[in-house]
Amino acid sequence: MSGLTGLIDLLSWLALVAGSFCALSGGVGLLRFPDFFSRMHAAGVMDTLGAGLILFGLMLQSDHWLVLVKLLLILKLIWLTSPTSSHALAKAAIRGGARPLLGDDMPGRGKR
Amino acid sequence: MSALLHYNYWIVILLMMIGFYIVITHANLIKKLLGLSIFQTSVFILYISMGKISGGTAPILYPGEHVYSNPLPHVLILTAIVVGIATTALGLALVVRLREAYGSIVEDVIQQQEQEDQR
Amino acid sequence: MEMLVDVFLLGLLVATAVAISSTKDLFASIMLTGLYSLISAAFFVLMDAVDVAFTEAAVGAGISTLLMLSCMKLTGQYEPKPHRHRRLLGLVVVSVTGVLLLFGTLDTPNFGDDHSPIQDHLAPHYLTKSMEEIGIPNVVTSVLASYRGFDTFGETVVILTAGIGVLALLGFSPKRQSDDLDSLVAPMHHQKILRVVSKLLIPPILLFALYVQFHGDFGPGGGFQAGVIFAAAIILYAMIFGVHVARQVFRDGAIRLLAALGVLIYGSVGLLSFLSGKNFLDYSVLSDTPQHGQHWGIMLVEMGVGITVAAVMLIIFFTFSARVDKRERDGDENQRQ
Repeated sequence: MSGLTGLIDLLSWLALVAGSFCALSGGVGLLRFPDFFSRMHAAGVMDTLGAGLILFGLMLQSDHWLVLVKLLLILKLIWLTSPTSSHALAKAAIRGGARPLLGDDMPGRGKR
Repeated sequence: MSALLHYNYWIVILLMMIGFYIVITHANLIKKLLGLSIFQTSVFILYISMGKISGGTAPILYPGEHVYSNPLPHVLILTAIVVGIATTALGLALVVRLREAYGSIVEDVIQQQEQEDQR
Repeated sequence: MEMLVDVFLLGLLVATAVAISSTKDLFASIMLTGLYSLISAAFFVLMDAVDVAFTEAAVGAGISTLLMLSCMKLTGQYEPKPHRHRRLLGLVVVSVTGVLLLFGTLDTPNFGDDHSPIQDHLAPHYLTKSMEEIGIPNVVTSVLASYRGFDTFGETVVILTAGIGVLALLGFSPKRQSDDLDSLVAPMHHQKILRVVSKLLIPPILLFALYVQFHGDFGPGGGFQAGVIFAAAIILYAMIFGVHVARQVFRDGAIRLLAALGVLIYGSVGLLSFLSGKNFLDYSVLSDTPQHGQHWGIMLVEMGVGITVAAVMLIIFFTFSARVDKRERDGDENQRQ
C-alpha cells in the first residue's frame, strides 16, 4: 500500500514541478520574445499547460472526492477561459493594426 | 528573521505614501482616484496583516484543535471593499460630470476655468 | 516559507504601485490597478483571509477595472505631465509623512504574534463561542451577519446610497432616450468564439453565485461576494451581446426596486425581532430554538445584502454604459452634420 501512495506522491510532485517550470518559462517568454504575438503565445500556451499540470498534481494530493471535483471544475474553467482570452486578445491586436514579425523582420536575423 | 517582524507594516506605509503621492502630484482626476484606491488597499493590508497569527489557518471552524487567525479584521475589510467600489463609482460619476461641464478632467484646467468664470 | 511568499507578494505590490504612479497612459495604469488588486487578493489568501480575498478578486480585478475603463472612455486616455514644483513638493510631503509613520511602526506588535492586543479582546470570544451561539462554522459569516449585523446593515445602506448617487449624477438624460436602442449593433458581434464560450460560461457563473450565496455559512462566501459575482455574469452578458439586450431583462425600474428591496429585507428582519421583544437584529426569535433562528436570520440578511449589491452594481454599470452609448451616438451625429 505504501508503495502505491509513494508512487502517487512522486507523480504529483513531478506534475507540480513540471507545471511550475511551464509557468516560469511562460513568464520568461513574455519578457524576452520579440513581438506581441509570440509573447502572447508564450504566456497563453504555457499558462494553460502550467495551470493544468499544477492542478493535476494537486488532484493527486486530494484526500476527499469533493476537493477533486472542485479542482476538476477549476481546470475546466481555465481550459475554457484561457484560450478564449488569448484568442480575443490576438483578434483585438490584429484589428488594432499589429502584425506578427515574420522571417526577415526578426531582430538579429538580418545582422547575422 | 527579526528584521521581518515589521516588514508588512513598512510595505503598508510605502504603498500608502505612493498612493498619497499620486493623489497630490497628478492633475488627472481618474489618476487621483487610482491613487486613492492604492491608498485604500494599503489600509486593507494593514488590517489583514494585524489579524494574522503565524501558523494559523482561515477562521472556518472544523473539528480538532487549531489556531485560527482573527476573523474580526476580515469582516471589517470585506465590507469595506464593497463599499470602496461603490464610492469609487460615485467618484467616477463625478469625474464624468466634471468632464461634461468643463470639457477636461485635468485639475488645473478646471480651476483656471472656474477663475475665469468668476471674473 | 510563508514569510518568503509574503515578502515576494508585497514586493510585487510595491512594484505595481510604482508602475501605476509613473505611467502616463491611463489605460495602462487602470489595467495595472486590476493587477494590483489581484496580487493583493493572493496576499489575503496567504494571510488566511479567504473571504476578503474572494471579494477583492471579484470586485477589484473585475468590476472596478471595468468601471474605470468606461469612465476613461468618456474622458480620454492620456494625462499631461505634472508640474515640476508640485512634484518636488509632493515628494517632500510624502517623505516626511512616511518617516513619521515609519517611526510609529516601531511600537506596533510583531507580525504574526498571537498575544498582540488585537488577538485577546474580542476574537477569542467569536472563535470559541460562535459554534454554540450561532451554530455555523464560518466565523467570518457569523460575525458579519449576526454579531456585527447592525454594522453590516449600515454598509448595505451605504452601497444603496452610492447607487442612488450615481443615478442622481448620471442617470438622467436631457434628451429622453428613445427606443431606437436596437439599432446599436452588439459590440462583440464579430467575436464568434467569445460569444459561444460566454454562452457556455454564464449559466455556471450564475449558479456559482447562488452557491456562494447559500454556502457562505460553511465556507468562504456570503451576500457581498455572491452579489458581485451575479452582477459580473450579467455584465459579461451585456458586454458580449449588447447592453440593450441585457437591459430588456433587467429593466431600469426592476433593478432600482431590487436595490431597495434588499435593504428592506435586511431592515424588516431587524424590525421583526424588535417587535417580538428582543434587540434589533437579534435573530433568536425567528424560530423555536435560538440556533435555528440564527440560521434563518443569517440566511435572510445575506439574501438582502446579495440582492442590494447585485442590483447596485448593475445600476452603476448600466448608467455608465448608457452614457458611453449616448456619447458615441452624439459623436456620429456630429460627424454626419
